[in-house]
Amino acid sequence: MTISRRDVLIGGAGLAAGATMPVPSIAQAANIEKGATLRVLRPTKFVDPDQTIFNENTEAFTKATGVQVRVDYASWEDLRPQTAVTANTGAGPDIVVGWADDPHIFADKLVDLTQVAEDLGKKYGGWYPVAEKYGKKDKTNTWISIPMGGSGGPAVYRESWVKEAGFDKFPTDHAGFLDLARKLKANGHPAGFALGNAVGDGNSFCNWLVWSHGGYMVDENNKVAINSKETIEALKYAKALYETFIPGTLSWLDISNNKALSAGEIGLTQNGVSLYFSIKNAKDEKTAAIGKDLNHAPMPVGAGVGRPTETALVINAMVFKHTKFPNAAKEYLRFMMENDQYDKWLTGCFGYWTQPLKGYAKSKVWESDPKILVYRDTWERALWSGYKGAITEAAGTVNAEYVMVQMVASVCAGQATPEEAAAEAERRAKRYYRT
Amino acid sequence: MTIAAEARTTHHLPQNWLVRLLDNKSCLIFLCLLPAAALLLIFLTYPLGLGIWLAFTDTKIGRSGHFIGFENFTSLMQDRVFITSVWNTLLYTGVATVAKFALGLWLALLLNNHLPFKSLLRALILVPWIVPTVLSAIAFWWIYDPQFSIISYVLVDVLGWRTSYIDFLGEPWAARWSLIAANTWRGIPFVAISLLAGLQTISPALYEAAMLDGANAWQRFRHVTFPMLMPILAVVLTFSVLFTFTDFQLVYAITRGGPINSTHLMATLAFQRGIPGGQLGEGAAIAVAMIPFLVLATLFSYYALARRKWQQGEDND
Repeated sequence: MTISRRDVLIGGAGLAAGATMPVPSIAQAANIEKGATLRVLRPTKFVDPDQTIFNENTEAFTKATGVQVRVDYASWEDLRPQTAVTANTGAGPDIVVGWADDPHIFADKLVDLTQVAEDLGKKYGGWYPVAEKYGKKDKTNTWISIPMGGSGGPAVYRESWVKEAGFDKFPTDHAGFLDLARKLKANGHPAGFALGNAVGDGNSFCNWLVWSHGGYMVDENNKVAINSKETIEALKYAKALYETFIPGTLSWLDISNNKALSAGEIGLTQNGVSLYFSIKNAKDEKTAAIGKDLNHAPMPVGAGVGRPTETALVINAMVFKHTKFPNAAKEYLRFMMENDQYDKWLTGCFGYWTQPLKGYAKSKVWESDPKILVYRDTWERALWSGYKGAITEAAGTVNAEYVMVQMVASVCAGQATPEEAAAEAERRAKRYYRT
Repeated sequence: MTIAAEARTTHHLPQNWLVRLLDNKSCLIFLCLLPAAALLLIFLTYPLGLGIWLAFTDTKIGRSGHFIGFENFTSLMQDRVFITSVWNTLLYTGVATVAKFALGLWLALLLNNHLPFKSLLRALILVPWIVPTVLSAIAFWWIYDPQFSIISYVLVDVLGWRTSYIDFLGEPWAARWSLIAANTWRGIPFVAISLLAGLQTISPALYEAAMLDGANAWQRFRHVTFPMLMPILAVVLTFSVLFTFTDFQLVYAITRGGPINSTHLMATLAFQRGIPGGQLGEGAAIAVAMIPFLVLATLFSYYALARRKWQQGEDND
C-alpha cells in the first residue's frame, strides 16, 4: 500500500482535530452540552491547599470533559451578597459554592440535584443526616444543593496543661469541663472562648453551650423557644465558666483565640483544624513546639441532645437555573465529589473541610495524624443554625445578628440576669421568625 | 422668490434655529449641566431613591419585597439595639468631632508658626488621613488587643503602673471611648490641614492692627482669627460631622459592633442587618433614618455657623 501526500495531510488534520477537540466518554455519558463552559464562585481559601487542589481538580474536569471552568474566589463576607446578586439578577456564576443556609434562601432558583446527590450517596456510603438536612429542600426529598464540606469546631487544648490540671482524659461532661477550666485558670493557663461578634467561633461556642444544656432557638415547628429553663441553666453555667476565662473574651473576634493560643496565653479554646495546621507548620520553633502539645476533643456532652454537638461551617454548592449548561454543572459537582478528586482535596486540606459523605471517613487523611481524628466525625456531631427548626433565612439572620452570642455575653458581662437575657433573645429572634 | 433664494432660506433656517438656541443663556446652561445632571441622576439619585424605597418594603436578600409602609421604622423604634446604635452614633459623632476640632485647630495654629522643617511636618501630619482606613483599624485593633496591646504592655510590663492589662474593647464604655479615640486620631489631619489653609488666608495686617490696639494673644484669636476662620470652619465642620456620622470601617473592623452591641453605629447596624443578616428592607430603613440627622447637621453648619453676625459681631447680620 502506498501512502500519498494527500493521505498524510488528511491523516495529520484528523489527528490535529482529534487532539484539539477530544470527545471524552464522561461528557457523552453525562450528556454534557456541546461547547459548555462554567463559572464557579466559592469562598476564598483559609488553608493554602484548599484553593490549589480545588483548581487542580477543576483542571482535571476540563481535561476529562473539555468543559472550560473559571473559578472565582470571594472573601467570606462577600460571598452571600454575591450569591444574592446572582440569584436576583439571574446572571453570573452557574455554580455557587455558598454558605450553609444559602440554597434554602434561593431554593426556587436552583436546579434539582437529586440524581447527583443520590448517585454520590449510593457510591460513597450515604450522606450524614445533617448533610441531608443541608442538601434537601425543607420537608421534601429534593436535593437543591450538594454539601461539599464542613469545618468543625471541637475543643482545642494544651495536652500537658490539661494533665497538669489533673485530667488524664479530656472531660466529657459539663461538671468536669468547668472543673478543668477552673484548674487551668488556677495554674495560669486559662481557657478563652470568643464572646464578641465572632461569626464562626462566637456562634460556635454559644450554640454548643445552649444545645448541650437542652436549649434551642426554635422548635420543630419553627416557633421561637429560646426562653426556656434549659437555656437559663446554660446561661448560669456560662457565667460560672466565664469566670475562668482570660480577660478580654467579650471583645474577641474570630482570630483572637488563634492568636492567644499560638502565643501560649490560653490552654483551652474551640476551633477548626486550621489553628493546629498553622501552629504545626509554623517556622518559628517556639510556636511549632506548641503544636506538639496541642490536641482536640469533642466539646462535652450535656443532658441536651445526648451526644456531642457542634456547629460546622458548611459550604453548600448550588446550580442556578439561569445556567445554560445544567448537565455540565451537575457533572462538575459530581466530579469534584468523586474519590479521585475529593479525597485529594480532603487530605490536602488536612481535614479542614470534612466529608459529608460517610465513605470518606475511611480517607487516609484521618490516619495521617491522630490529633485530627476528632474532625473526622464533624458531621456526626454537627447541628445547624436554627436547630431544631428548618434551615431558613430567619435562622441565618438570627445567627448573623449574634442573638445567641449576645445572650450569653450579656450574662457573662453581668449586664443581664439569665432570665432577662433569655427573654431578650426571644424578643429579638421573634422579629425574624414572625412571618 | 427665486429658486436660489428659496434654497438659501431653507439652508439657513436650521442654523439660525440652532444658533438662536445656543445663544439663549438658560438653554446653554441647561445643556452644559445636562451631562453632570445625568450622572448625578444615575449614580446618586437612583441609588438614594432605591434605598428610600427599600426602607418601606420587606425586601430580603434573594427575594423582592412588598410595600409595608412605616412598619420597618415602627419596629426599629421598639428595637433596643437600634436605639443604642442611634445613641452611640450621636455620642461618637459629637465627642469625636469636638475632639478633632480642638486638636486640629491647635495643630493648625502650631503649624502656622514659623517652625523648622515646616513642610515636612505638614506632610507627616497627613499620614493618618491618607492611610487606608482598614489599615488604621487593624493597627488600632492590635493596640487595643486584650492580650497583646502595646499600651497595656508599657503600662504593666515596662512602667509597672498597672497590675493587669486594660480590656479596651471588652467593656461597653471602654470600647466606645477607644473607638472615639481611633476616629479622632484619624480625623485630626483633615481638620488641621483645612484650618491651616484658612489661617494662611488671614492677612498679617489684621494682627498688626490688633497688636497696635493692644490686643493680647487670646483677644487676637477671639476677635481676628476665629471670625476670619469661621467660614472655612463651617465647611470643615460639616464634612467632619458627615464623615464621622457615617463612619463604618473603623468600627466594623475593630469590634463589629460588640461587645453586646455597645459600639454599633447606625451605619454598621444597617450593614449587619442588610447584608449578613439578609434583611435588606430593615437595613435600608436604618440607613434612611440617618438622613434627618445628616440634614440637620448640614443645615446647622451652613445656616448657623456661617451667619455673618457670628463672624463679625452682633450688629452685622
